Amino acid sequence: MNPIVILKSVSFSYGGPTVLEDVDLAVEEGEFLGLVGPNGSGKSTLLKILLGLLEPSSGQAQVLGGTPAQARGSIGYVPQFAAFPHDFPISAGEVVLQGRLGNVRLFGGYRSEDREIARQALMETYVWDLKEQPIGSLSGGQLQRVLLARALATQPKLLILDEPTASIDPRAEEDIFDLLKKLKSRMTILVVSHDIGFISQYVTRIACLNRTLVCHTTSALTGEMIQQLYGSPVRMIRHTTR
Amino acid sequence: MSEFFHALASQDFLQTAFIGGLLASIACGVMGSYVVVKHMSFLAGGIAHAVLGGMGVAYFFGKSPISGAIAAALVAAWVIGWVSLRWRQTADTIIAALWSVGMAVGVIFISMTPGYNVDLMSYLFGNILMIPRTDLYIMASLDGLIMLTVLVFYQQFLAVCFDEEFARLRGLPVDFFYLLLLTLVALTVVVLIQVVGLILVIALLTLPAAIAAQYLRRLAPIMALATILGMFFTSGGLALSYTPDLPAGATIILVAGTVYLLSLLVTGLARRRRC
Repeated sequence: MNPIVILKSVSFSYGGPTVLEDVDLAVEEGEFLGLVGPNGSGKSTLLKILLGLLEPSSGQAQVLGGTPAQARGSIGYVPQFAAFPHDFPISAGEVVLQGRLGNVRLFGGYRSEDREIARQALMETYVWDLKEQPIGSLSGGQLQRVLLARALATQPKLLILDEPTASIDPRAEEDIFDLLKKLKSRMTILVVSHDIGFISQYVTRIACLNRTLVCHTTSALTGEMIQQLYGSPVRMIRHTTR
Repeated sequence: MSEFFHALASQDFLQTAFIGGLLASIACGVMGSYVVVKHMSFLAGGIAHAVLGGMGVAYFFGKSPISGAIAAALVAAWVIGWVSLRWRQTADTIIAALWSVGMAVGVIFISMTPGYNVDLMSYLFGNILMIPRTDLYIMASLDGLIMLTVLVFYQQFLAVCFDEEFARLRGLPVDFFYLLLLTLVALTVVVLIQVVGLILVIALLTLPAAIAAQYLRRLAPIMALATILGMFFTSGGLALSYTPDLPAGATIILVAGTVYLLSLLVTGLARRRRC
């Protein structure tokens, strides 16, 4: 097996208290890893380190055999829902084309092969019909699939999603994860979520983060593990939507 | 109104003013759209007001104010751009400081210049009727430069405005394009100051694009419509101001403001009816 992501005793602070402490994590090729943890547990910080947007204060981060910044080109990233203004005058198709940004020409915009790659990504996430729609008119679930298509258009080896279903309805959430399940055979996937119960049905492994890596498991989560993660007893409720 | 058209046909200064308005509308439509969608109007306001510093210094040394304006606008844009890339939290304060310090420098240099200071008012509120013919060439070449740059980097600018983080992850030199965008905004401000002066420049920069954005959902069409609206506002304002001898710059802004308000009402009513 090939490790896609290796974190060796990674710590990070923004200058104040430690946000991440001594995190060791290896993600193998083909894994579908769920990264869970309460708010403020350092999940987003960890993602930013993997994307090379932040440097660890100590320790080492390796992605796809190089530094995160070197690996960027092969990482598909789906940001949190509210990363940009939703009234921005841009169509879904234009957003997905931005996945091909590295390749854009000076005059004349995107090449035809890039348009073809974007088309496939739009088809794969079932949003081809919406390509002319302004993003402001899309529902939460549709927008999330457009952002997934944009990430797929980068032809990633590693797909990273930050709370992809935080503000969409359960039905749309299931659609997104069914899509990810299909993509699993082609790429390594890392998804950040706070909804342990839901994602545990899909992922191959769960890593629980609360400043440091509390646990990781391939088996079902137990009540004790959740208690360990959140630091207090939590009632586990299984969400079933159908 | 017919008096205006007669005068337009015969009077040289009026033709110059008319062409100046049209030229300004191109820069204003294209760059104003970026200012509106990227929510940069405060930043553009900072650049516009800081320009008075450059104009004042140029005036004092007997140089043409437009060259001072270009220099000051570029410096202000780069300082503001650099600050807002580095210290997002405090950018606000620094823009405000640059805004007033620029004006203070300008006022002091203008007051130190011997002679009758008639020009201060026209810097602040513009005087489209006094545009020298040579400035038209400067305005036209700034327009050309702006349009060419936007044509070449349209996709890059779109990506930087829409989702900076993603653009950075795709390997785009986001800082460079952001500063380039601000540079173009600065040049636009210089063009527009000729028409409406630096106090009113923000209205002319943002209102046409804001109106266009109410009806259109793609950036390029918004730019086109904003340009047409800008042409309508500048020439309409000029025509309306002619007979009663009102200040042209202020009349242009009132026309733009009125249309914006009406448009808000119309789209608001339409939305309510749909609900």
